[in-house]
Amino acid sequence: MSEVKKIATRESYGNALAELGKKYGDLVVLDADLAGATKTSVFQKAFPDRHIDCGIAEANMMGIAAGLAAAGKVPFASTFAMFAAGRAFEQVRNSIGYPHLNVKIGATHAGISVGEDGATHQCNEDIALMRTIPGMTVVSPSDDVEARAAVEAAYLHKGPVYLRFGRLAVPVINDRPDYRFELGKGIVLREGKDVAIIATGLCVSASLEAAEILAAVGIEAKVINIHTIKPLDEELVVQAARETGRVVTVEEHSIIGGLGSAVCDALSEKLPTRVKKLGIRDVFGESGPAAELLKKYRLDGESIAADVKAFVTEG
Amino acid sequence: MNTLELQRTALRVRRGIIEAVHAAKSGHPGGSLSAADLFTYLYFEEMNIDPARPDMPDRDRFVLSKGHTAPGLYAALAARGYFPEADLKTLRHVGSYLQGHPDMKHTPGVDMSSGSLGQGISAAVGMALAGKMDGKAYRVYTLLGDGELEEGQVWEAAMFAGHRQLDNLTVIVDNNGLQIDGPVEKVCSPYPIEEKFAAFRFHVISVADGNDMDQLREAFAQARAAKGQPTAIIMKTVKGKGVSYMENQAGWHGKAPSDAEYETAMEELAKAEEALCQK
Repeated sequence: MSEVKKIATRESYGNALAELGKKYGDLVVLDADLAGATKTSVFQKAFPDRHIDCGIAEANMMGIAAGLAAAGKVPFASTFAMFAAGRAFEQVRNSIGYPHLNVKIGATHAGISVGEDGATHQCNEDIALMRTIPGMTVVSPSDDVEARAAVEAAYLHKGPVYLRFGRLAVPVINDRPDYRFELGKGIVLREGKDVAIIATGLCVSASLEAAEILAAVGIEAKVINIHTIKPLDEELVVQAARETGRVVTVEEHSIIGGLGSAVCDALSEKLPTRVKKLGIRDVFGESGPAAELLKKYRLDGESIAADVKAFVTEG
Repeated sequence: MNTLELQRTALRVRRGIIEAVHAAKSGHPGGSLSAADLFTYLYFEEMNIDPARPDMPDRDRFVLSKGHTAPGLYAALAARGYFPEADLKTLRHVGSYLQGHPDMKHTPGVDMSSGSLGQGISAAVGMALAGKMDGKAYRVYTLLGDGELEEGQVWEAAMFAGHRQLDNLTVIVDNNGLQIDGPVEKVCSPYPIEEKFAAFRFHVISVADGNDMDQLREAFAQARAAKGQPTAIIMKTVKGKGVSYMENQAGWHGKAPSDAEYETAMEELAKAEEALCQK
């Protein structure tokens, strides 16, 4: 097998902003002393007058973004997920969500794949927090192609959008001519009758890997990429549950309140189905290389395959 | 408007506040009354606005960072013609567009939703920044409480505004000296306020009596003339100003007058109006 191309979705974010900046004059980018890490530095280089460094003050940055949006700009407020969704939660809720202002939140360094920085910087709670805000769209792209498409879709969408990106370089899996990104529409990547694996973010490629491993032992897994966690593509989720009777969700996020919970919310109302939630199991992360952490927290292809197999065969 | 007309209008705004809070059976009269003259001055004299076109792109903007004093803002907006004064009585009622704290989505003339203290000033800074980026001439005003200065976000916003030299921004502090738990200097003193804003590179103007229209007029003229830095107007006011039993009483921060207290307040305000008419 040839070497798979890998790009971190935070890179995609910076590149997409620089690209879109040429097309859309009202697009402005805010950062909080992390332009090098969130990759908005790419935009900053191209459009220095439209890049606003707010310094290490995320709460204020969200408020400034709200004010800019109220005055007609389309701001992308960028920082690590921990500070965007965590520290500034109430600013996002009250200054952006409540008035439904047209602010896009670019949250990088989500999940445990932050790696060596450890638990303080590994945000496994952002999806849960953001999806509780009325009117907030929550997007967690799986690779470079999807991340770039998501940034433009977020720009074109009127209203607040939370975009979740990662630090770790991840395989490009959506580089195909028929790929199409639509907010709120999940994508079936593989058909299978025995179980449906519903994944988001970097767990999508790991789930595809898991499906290969499972196929070798006779388990046919359907794989669905849910890039938009809110609004959730409930129709697709229910259909997958109907076809397979068993659902596994996979996310680099707490199993409390994230994709798994969103899927359970939908299924428990519309088609009660057994669901196994794979993710961070109500614990904080820790320091270490990202790949090792993903293995330890059972979010690599092999661990996912093993856990899905156990779920399918437990009767 | 001349000073007398402004004073009469401020009394109308004060009556609106009492009407609204009494009808709501809750709300924040103390800080609404301390800032009633400021609301009046901004909407009847200072700001470039058009009640018929609340969304006019180049209008001046106002953010009520101390959003709990919404009754004061609403009363001024109603008096200015943004919506009927009769609607003030729907304040805080189910289905009303006059929410307990300002809601830009539903209330004509409200430029920003606010109420969670410390947040409004950041939005005002964002609006001022947008104006600078677009080369627009509009000005942005925001009103903070003195207790609100205890919120750290205020200083994040102030640091940014000073750093960016946003001279189209005027921050006003309603220094009525009282917050819910008591005098501000007893709870967690924000003093010295002037020096703090000066340290954040603001042009600072002290107003000895923020309930005096002539002093407000002078301060805003100075603010307009200040170039290269944002302005902070620190105005000493009387909490509950205009209603004798509410004046300087922390207890009237967030409670509505009874029917008897309502009658007394309206009588006092009517008498003040008569006194002005004889001038």
